[in-house]
Amino acid sequence: MKQVAIVSGKGGTGKTTVCASLAELAEKKVIADCDVEAPNLHLLIDSEVLREKDFYGSKMAQIDREKCQKCEKCLAVCRFDAIRDFSVDELKCEGCAACVFICPHKAVIIRDAITGKTILSASSWGKFSHARLNIGADGSGKLVTEVRKNASGYAGEDDIVIIDGSPGIGCVVIASITGCDAILVVSEPTLSGKHDLIRVLDLAEHFGIKAYVCINKYDLNAGMTEEISDHCRERNVQVLGCIPFEREVGQAINRGVPVVRVPHSAAGRAVKEIWANLSKELSLVKDIQL
Amino acid sequence: MIISVLSGKGGTGKTTVATNLACSGPKTAYIDCDVEEPNGFLFLNPAIEQREKVNVMVPSIDKDSCLACGLCSKWCQFNALAQVKNKLLSFLQLCHGCGLCTLVCPEKAITEVPREIGVMERGEFDDNVFIHGMLNTGEPMAVPVINRIIEEIRGITGDFIIIDCPPGSSCSVIAAVEKSDFCLLVTEPTPFGLHDLKIAVSLISAMNIPAGVVVNKADDSTRIIREYCEAEGIPVLMELPFSKRVAQIYSTGKLLIQ
Repeated sequence: MKQVAIVSGKGGTGKTTVCASLAELAEKKVIADCDVEAPNLHLLIDSEVLREKDFYGSKMAQIDREKCQKCEKCLAVCRFDAIRDFSVDELKCEGCAACVFICPHKAVIIRDAITGKTILSASSWGKFSHARLNIGADGSGKLVTEVRKNASGYAGEDDIVIIDGSPGIGCVVIASITGCDAILVVSEPTLSGKHDLIRVLDLAEHFGIKAYVCINKYDLNAGMTEEISDHCRERNVQVLGCIPFEREVGQAINRGVPVVRVPHSAAGRAVKEIWANLSKELSLVKDIQL
Repeated sequence: MIISVLSGKGGTGKTTVATNLACSGPKTAYIDCDVEEPNGFLFLNPAIEQREKVNVMVPSIDKDSCLACGLCSKWCQFNALAQVKNKLLSFLQLCHGCGLCTLVCPEKAITEVPREIGVMERGEFDDNVFIHGMLNTGEPMAVPVINRIIEEIRGITGDFIIIDCPPGSSCSVIAAVEKSDFCLLVTEPTPFGLHDLKIAVSLISAMNIPAGVVVNKADDSTRIIREYCEAEGIPVLMELPFSKRVAQIYSTGKLLIQ
């Protein structure tokens, strides 16, 4: 089993767009959407939910009003400003249990809190593991780990787990990339895109994960594309391909059609080439026909 | 007045809107709370005057006093301390800085020491206040850096403070948006933009903050956003039409208003 995460650093570069096309092209695969805060992959594929499960990703304090003597010891010890009027603010509570420990009247308990739900779906791509994080919830990294566990559980020896990642470099992205055979960074030729690419490559290096790059909408700014390519070359990161900007492709995506199914599309051909290169790098079993 | 610019979906144009607005009118401070991937400084080119490490307080165990009783490990809800046989192991990146271990230890063998997780920088652009932060590579938790930035805006005078928020809907966004008087929700007229706009709306509704929508890269599909906003009673305040030319200007790091 191989695992590859599609990340970007910067939002909106085209991770989900590229991921959907790779899912189309890959023969033996399981798909995972680890962008648990704003999942979009399910919008690009007809899928049927097989199983949904509540996910307990953090803890929450709860004050029993009848036992509470209003001594305010909990207020004094809470570092997250989560206690107001002797009641717990669930958006702020981090579930540390300091209030539970300090309360002399045993009026506070800590309970497991539902922070989201994991979903397993059947799709034309095969098994699809995804999730939704509750608004403002803690423990997003843990939910990502659970999504990946569910995906790997269905993956056979010859399968590739293709992971749609999220923007950023914090706990959600870290949980999405650790243990992967490689990451594919979808970059864009903008100053912000280059800056954010560098940070995500730094992250991959920090965790010792092999990184590849592709540049989406590369013809928007040839100079910036060259700067990105130069940077990748300097740090021995391979650019697997460059995808041209095509307005029709954006419109197709909005209708749920992956790029590689758009007829006569240069962008489609570019993505197929990226997949061929990635498959070769990951030594996947089958030969890929372009 | 504190205005947050958020979106749910990444890449809709939060920083574009926030930086250009900050340069467009009355005295406006720009605060970048996307500490994982800050971009505002690329467009505003601030003169940085202050640089400060952002620390979280983490446990330091006095090995001579520690009796390996395991109580701190038992109480830590984040698995940042683990008692394995007679050894106490710490996983400091998991520490939330709650201080509970220092209270729990019967030998008072635990003190707290600062651990750096990022930086905050403060400076000026066009006579306005600029503040941003950067999470160190490999650190999982952005919230303490965001909280430090939000604390810093307390002393700012002036008409407006614009907070450029991270994408998503987790605790990071809550921390960035919390003190706002108003939220600008930046979206794009696609099924993905609409899907994630609904997530952003749930978030600010839960916090009771009024909002308005900005539709970026607007085109013939803008009605899908307008229909949703009308049904929810959220005003569409601005439409920025899709333009390849605008995208190219943005790609070079220039402000659109220039």
